[in-house]
Amino acid sequence: MERHFVPKTDAEYTKIDFTSDQMVKWCPGCGDHAILASLLAAFPKLHDKKENICMVSGIGCSSRIPYYVDTYGFHGIHGRACAIATGVKLANPELSVWVSMGDGDSMAIGGNHLIHAVRRNQDLDITIFNNEIYGLTKGQYSPTTKFGQVTKTSPFGTIDYPFNPGELVMGAQGTFFARTLDCVPALTTDIMVRAAEHDGTSVIEVLQNCMIFNDKTHAAITDRAVRDDRTIVLEHGKPMIFGKEKNKGLRFNGRQLEAVTIGENGITIDDIMVHDETTEDTGIHMMLAHMGGDLPVALGVIRNVKKPSYTQLYERQMDDCIANCKYKCVDDLLNSGDTWEV
Amino acid sequence: MSKEQIVNKDDLVVRFAGDSGDGMQLSGTLFSDAAALTGNDIATFPDYPAEIRAPHNTVAGVSGYQVHVGSHIYSSGDKCDILVAMNPASFKSQLKWAKKGATVIVDADTFTPEALEKAGYKEDPFTEEFERAYTIVRAPITSFTQRIGQDQGADKKTADKSRNMFALGMIFFLTNKTLEKTFAYLERKFAKKPDVVKLNKAVLTEGYEYAEKLELIHSKIVEVAKAEMPKGRYRNITGNVATAWGLLAASERSGRRLFLGSYPITPATDVMVELSKHKGLGARVFQAEDEIAGICSAIGASYAGALACTSTSGPGLSLKSEALGLAVMTELPLVVVDVQRGGPSTGLPTKTEQSDLNQALYGRNGEAPLIVVAASSSANCFYWAYNAAKLALEHMTPVILLTDGYLGNGSQLFRIPKVADLPSITPRLAKPNDPDYRPFRRDPETFAREWALPGMEGLRHRVGGLEKCPDGPLSTDPENHALMVYNRQEKVNRVANYIPDQEVKGNPDADLLVVGWGGTAGALTLAVEEMNNEGKKVAYTHFNYICPLPKNTGDILRKYKKIVVCELNNGQFAGYLRTQFPECTMTQYNKVMGLPFEVGELKAEFERLLEK
Repeated sequence: MERHFVPKTDAEYTKIDFTSDQMVKWCPGCGDHAILASLLAAFPKLHDKKENICMVSGIGCSSRIPYYVDTYGFHGIHGRACAIATGVKLANPELSVWVSMGDGDSMAIGGNHLIHAVRRNQDLDITIFNNEIYGLTKGQYSPTTKFGQVTKTSPFGTIDYPFNPGELVMGAQGTFFARTLDCVPALTTDIMVRAAEHDGTSVIEVLQNCMIFNDKTHAAITDRAVRDDRTIVLEHGKPMIFGKEKNKGLRFNGRQLEAVTIGENGITIDDIMVHDETTEDTGIHMMLAHMGGDLPVALGVIRNVKKPSYTQLYERQMDDCIANCKYKCVDDLLNSGDTWEV
Repeated sequence: MSKEQIVNKDDLVVRFAGDSGDGMQLSGTLFSDAAALTGNDIATFPDYPAEIRAPHNTVAGVSGYQVHVGSHIYSSGDKCDILVAMNPASFKSQLKWAKKGATVIVDADTFTPEALEKAGYKEDPFTEEFERAYTIVRAPITSFTQRIGQDQGADKKTADKSRNMFALGMIFFLTNKTLEKTFAYLERKFAKKPDVVKLNKAVLTEGYEYAEKLELIHSKIVEVAKAEMPKGRYRNITGNVATAWGLLAASERSGRRLFLGSYPITPATDVMVELSKHKGLGARVFQAEDEIAGICSAIGASYAGALACTSTSGPGLSLKSEALGLAVMTELPLVVVDVQRGGPSTGLPTKTEQSDLNQALYGRNGEAPLIVVAASSSANCFYWAYNAAKLALEHMTPVILLTDGYLGNGSQLFRIPKVADLPSITPRLAKPNDPDYRPFRRDPETFAREWALPGMEGLRHRVGGLEKCPDGPLSTDPENHALMVYNRQEKVNRVANYIPDQEVKGNPDADLLVVGWGGTAGALTLAVEEMNNEGKKVAYTHFNYICPLPKNTGDILRKYKKIVVCELNNGQFAGYLRTQFPECTMTQYNKVMGLPFEVGELKAEFERLLEK
């Protein structure tokens, strides 16, 4: 099953090679600029043939990204980026297909396509720009807007419970989920490279700031003053340590995860859980994706499980069918079964 | 049987009716196959309920299958000469499809007081009046079949499953056909179940012999005239299979991978089911999570270079509307097959109608022209699917192919072509590293843009739903938008330069012109032919190219004093023609009952118009 389809190149690309000549029209200070920069930094590291990269998007601020990347690109319609990308990859598995969507695009109007793309595990790299608001339509609540938040369409506060994208991905048996912040571009780039290396559907959630319509929505975890204490960057095989002093960690107490301080109450490094991104069971990954509130928000690659991708399965089935086909050409099919001469 | 008992006829209509699950479709298919193999022309029409197994013995659960055999067959026939009714409910609901004087075969064992009551009968339906009007054959089908089953050690359930073979055996006797071909079929189909083969063959033979012994129907044996058909190799084919094969042939001829992204929907599902079998011929079939993903995946596949298709029916086409606009805007080749059914909404899923025409022509936001073509017989679905693909690939536009439930599920003889003899298909592929490539640079003749595929060197570009300028980048410039709207419309208009002239059949010098389109060609052709044979002058033109229309359409319409546009909707094609040719006065003949036209009703209408 270990079969890769995207042709590699020895060419040493730089981010200039992937920068398009189009003017970037996002608002100054928008988190999208940082995500674009991370992507332009990730592409040269992949050594995928430049012509074989295809960006697909839906509708929303985030979905303008194909215009700003000098690859093949398809700017689709609202919510349908995953469905379009699925067709691109099925028609030509040698393409490296990247999908960009916002929270409304991917989880409201496009929710069905997202969960089915994840369920199939086709080789797509999906980035969700999560700013918890509809930006391009100027400030209506989205499926990830915090409960109770006042927006243009919830003047008395939302009474919608928000989605957690990670839980959605795991509920759909996703094989790769990572989370990052727009303000930590190096981590974002690393995650994008890991996502590209993963065979199957990779979902990256970027907590992104919309300065105009939902400014500082993630500030409680992204502000420099609190970031180290309110987030944890997970690394496979390493203990789950966080905090400014690197003295806090996560422990599973038999019922749930809890944050503990090393050196207090007899806690040592040995009590801290070691991150295993590869466990097929979604239990711990689901708990990690769910964290927030008293627990730090998990960043990094939370889940990365090996499982034959839809692309691999599809191409193997095609190869088998072609090799064993009793018809050499359509003429054989037309003349098969009961036919007679007049 | 002695030869003098045999009556020669040009054609014969047989209708098999029973509970869904009684095997009526199989009986009908085996009869039409046997007729075709013995030289008859054929057309079939399945008439089945939306429910898979509605309650046993109820009118709601009746499934019918009509077979028309003869020397030259255009449609599945109006009313039947022989009706087989496997229970009282079938008898009750289907008798209206029998000609006066028809032979009606019923399974007498099923006419129990309980079953009669369940079918809604308060009294014995076989009144004296009925017996005078029809030849009724009360055959003990269930008991004979069960006895054979018992003899062979089969359980009652298995035996009951072969009741349809008894009825089929009787029909074979009545149509003077032998059983060998059907024996061979049963041996093939149940190769791994010799008990089933043995049982079915025995029941089939028993039915044949039962009819032979029955003096009552000896006067009714019919030898149907053989068809005079062009030389060639033939097969039986349904419209949906023909559509699937046409797309496969187009893929092979164009050298483009075939992609089908679809979602199951009656009555179009069989297009996807058929293509799913042919991954070995390179068909990349994707069962999407919904109708929208079906077309969007096809648009993605088209962007990546496939001959991309999606198949659906009315409600599905509604769901695909926004994405169709995207295909128009990105100017990508795409074939959308709409196997029309009764609407609106869920409507009549298993019944036929032509009421998606307006949706196909206009059902998108903005100025969104595309090509619309329609197949007009089950067999020519092959050519129209092929042609739809050719037009899409050569003119860089989505094409909607309209078929319908009648064509899709019905079957006909198909003269097998050689793929190499079909018209060539030349996709408009861009040349890698062409320094002058621009996404919306157009061919000066067709106005089609070039198709640059991801993976090709030196042609990186972006397409999408936002308006672009000819060079590729986004543009909200008013003049540019007007230009691009014009270009997209002109590209579709210019397709008229590449299609044949519209033909007039029947008697071109008539006062009355009959106009039809799509799946009604069979009944219209026969009605017009019969009228002209009877000395009543009628001209007839049938449209397959809907948008754009053939260039001589106006010339034809302007020639006739009286025009009647016949269609299975409330006048959608008539309205379309009126907007293009306001100088022509057209009357309409419409039927919106979920049923195909009958020749009789058409002739009555044409005669009325001639006398007016």
